[in-house]
Amino acid sequence: MPPIEMKNIKVLGTGCSKCKTTYNNVLEALKQLNMQAEVIKIEDIEEMMKYNVLTTPVLMIDEVVKVKGRVADITEIKQFLTS
Amino acid sequence: MFTWLKYFADWLIFSAFGISAQSHLGEALNFFVLDTIKIAILLFIITTVMGMVNSYFPVEKVRNFLSRNKMYGLEYVFASSFGVVTPFCSCSSVPLFIGFVKGGIPLGITFTYLITAPLVNEVAIAIFAGAFGFKVTAIYVITGIVLGITGGFVLGKLKLEKYLSTWVQNIITNAQTEEALEIEKRSLTQRFPNILKEAFTIVKGVGIYIIIGIGIGAAMHGFLPTSFFEHYINKGQWYAVPLAVIMGVPMYSNAAGVIPVVQVLVAKGVPLGTAIAFMMGVVGLSLPEAMLLKKVMNMKLIAIYFSTIAFLMILSGYLFNIIL
Repeated sequence: MPPIEMKNIKVLGTGCSKCKTTYNNVLEALKQLNMQAEVIKIEDIEEMMKYNVLTTPVLMIDEVVKVKGRVADITEIKQFLTS
Repeated sequence: MFTWLKYFADWLIFSAFGISAQSHLGEALNFFVLDTIKIAILLFIITTVMGMVNSYFPVEKVRNFLSRNKMYGLEYVFASSFGVVTPFCSCSSVPLFIGFVKGGIPLGITFTYLITAPLVNEVAIAIFAGAFGFKVTAIYVITGIVLGITGGFVLGKLKLEKYLSTWVQNIITNAQTEEALEIEKRSLTQRFPNILKEAFTIVKGVGIYIIIGIGIGAAMHGFLPTSFFEHYINKGQWYAVPLAVIMGVPMYSNAAGVIPVVQVLVAKGVPLGTAIAFMMGVVGLSLPEAMLLKKVMNMKLIAIYFSTIAFLMILSGYLFNIIL
């Protein structure tokens, strides 16, 4: 499947295990969908605060907060990416 | 509430498995079955209820409420109570801290929230209720709230802003009241599947620690004589309470497993106040959190923050040993 329009995915987190799981889930979801996307991990707190988040991890797709304060699972991420 | 469960555990171990109620093994297994099922049920109910509360009362709402309202000190009470109902992970402490001061919430109130949120969380409440019953749990929760209020108030009075990192001080100078945020309009039936899923995730995440904890507890329950620990730890030793708090700090990651063990320590003679102080140290103070806070404040402030909380925990421990 050729990438039509690349989605921009951001995972915001201070580097805790939940944030790493979210990041890995994103990669796995992309792999399962055979999809290309720009995945950015934001760990710097000053950078993170620009997005006005209070709880981590945060999953953002194309600048929209999809999940915050908990780990997003693979099925869920796949839904976000395909809908 | 759990009488039926006691019957079930008795029946399973003593009748179905045919292990004698008088044997060490029988006592240990009976305890294990009873405690595991009891804590699992409570954990699931409490995480679901908290999930529902949280779905309608997310931390963003709390922040905006505290940011908009100045209530002559009453905001400490609110901040502390909010800390109980909102879930907390130490990895969120830094964004929370910044988010709060950015909304113009005073440092003391921010600290109040940061103290209570981990100290009185849904997992601790559930295991406490399962292990010690509702009376001790209520005491723990109320103490946690009061401790958060007192700690935040004291820290707020100390004028500690100068110990914050420069970029955080700049944020405080430019702080502004948060505007209203968009409110979710989904009904409870629409929210419920996610709430349940989240509750399952939490139970699954801590499940293994709890089972190990209950396992150790069960072995001690079955094989150690009553009042075994009274000999070593009793109310007469003034140093027991401070030592308990300090020993609790490194055990943060296993909080869920520690409480069932402490339940047995109490049953075998450790004073309850000392035990509560220990568990407060385990649940409420964590080294990883201290390391994360380094990004927003200097070591001196972290030290002041932690020692204030530790001091209040020790004080509560002594108090409970006197009154309980």
